[in-house]
Amino acid sequence: MTVSADTFTYVADLVRRRSAIQLGAGKEYLVESRLLPLVRQAGLAGVDEYVKSLRNVPHSADHDRVVDALTTNETSWFRDVAPFQALTGHVLPALIQNSPGLTSLRVWSAACSTGQEPYSIAMALLAAAPDLCVKITATDISQKVLARGRAGRYSQLEINRGLPAQTFVRHFTRAGTEWELSDQVRSMVTFSQHNLLHTPPAGGPFDIIFLRNVLIYFDIQTRGEVLRSVRRALLPSGFLLLGAVEATFGIDDSWETVSVGRGSVYTPTKSGKTQGEP
Amino acid sequence: MRALVIDDSRTMRHIVADILEELGFSTTQAGNGREALDLLEAGETYDLACIDWNMPVMDGFEFVAAVHARPEWRDLTLIMVTTEGELGQIVRALTAGAHEYVIKPFTSDAIASKLQLLGLLPAGEPI
Repeated sequence: MTVSADTFTYVADLVRRRSAIQLGAGKEYLVESRLLPLVRQAGLAGVDEYVKSLRNVPHSADHDRVVDALTTNETSWFRDVAPFQALTGHVLPALIQNSPGLTSLRVWSAACSTGQEPYSIAMALLAAAPDLCVKITATDISQKVLARGRAGRYSQLEINRGLPAQTFVRHFTRAGTEWELSDQVRSMVTFSQHNLLHTPPAGGPFDIIFLRNVLIYFDIQTRGEVLRSVRRALLPSGFLLLGAVEATFGIDDSWETVSVGRGSVYTPTKSGKTQGEP
Repeated sequence: MRALVIDDSRTMRHIVADILEELGFSTTQAGNGREALDLLEAGETYDLACIDWNMPVMDGFEFVAAVHARPEWRDLTLIMVTTEGELGQIVRALTAGAHEYVIKPFTSDAIASKLQLLGLLPAGEPI
């Protein structure tokens, strides 16, 4: 099944006008796969029929949904891979070395969206250290994405993005057209609403904080405020993991880079003072 | 890097091949497992094979098992790309030697993320 040339041209034009993103020839599959959930919601038979209904009106909320569906880079499991390799290959061993007999770990997954990051952390730590008691605080500003995270149910398209097949068969079961995460993994994660510019969430102080692909959306001054707030929520021996293109350098000098291959991993400087503090 | 795309649907082969080519692979297409096996037996080498399950002549499961049985082909990374979405089928494919599994329908970032997991695309880079 694929979309007709007419449908593709209409959707590509719509997306280009609204977002400046070009959907070139060969992207028919993308249009089909991203719009199928909308088609099902509308109770229609196919993408062609859905797009035909859009063409009859000049503008509707459905037009916005189509643009969103094709331009949103949705979150994935074990996103970028390297941070999770750093988590189990360096961060966890370092924490165990610093605290022999370590029995529990507190992790904060900030801006967790629909839950793929905190659940990936849970599954990675469960495989690497099954006896450790891991408590993950997952926060986001949006109640809508938090509700999805709490539900622990994901579509086939979401499951395909980055979830290793071995991990998938171990932790998921089918629930109708969706897949449901095991109680064991879900019980490791607590979701709560939180604004990064406010006081850190309950559940800390944390051994590990994931703050990935968030700072890029803020101006330099706000990035500094967020990093200082995060610094206060992290234990002195803890680790901060940022996104692949993010760094603390030039924003807040109270962090040291940890050398772990391609991961963006930081630890608080030993002085413990945050830039700008007396 | 060279990839072999095995699917009896020409449309599907083109979709998968386009995604892989965008990611920097050169691709060869085969219409079933037997055709793909013939290429390997003729001495062609590939880094990756994306394999449909249900195909005439030789299906994807048989192809994976045949490749797995030949030590000289052990460097070939095998990803099943199929509509077969039952957990039992996935376990069966992994046990037979498949390294990863993508269920149709999928988006291009699904393939890219699996290639990152398998070390065929660099980790640490957004996709």
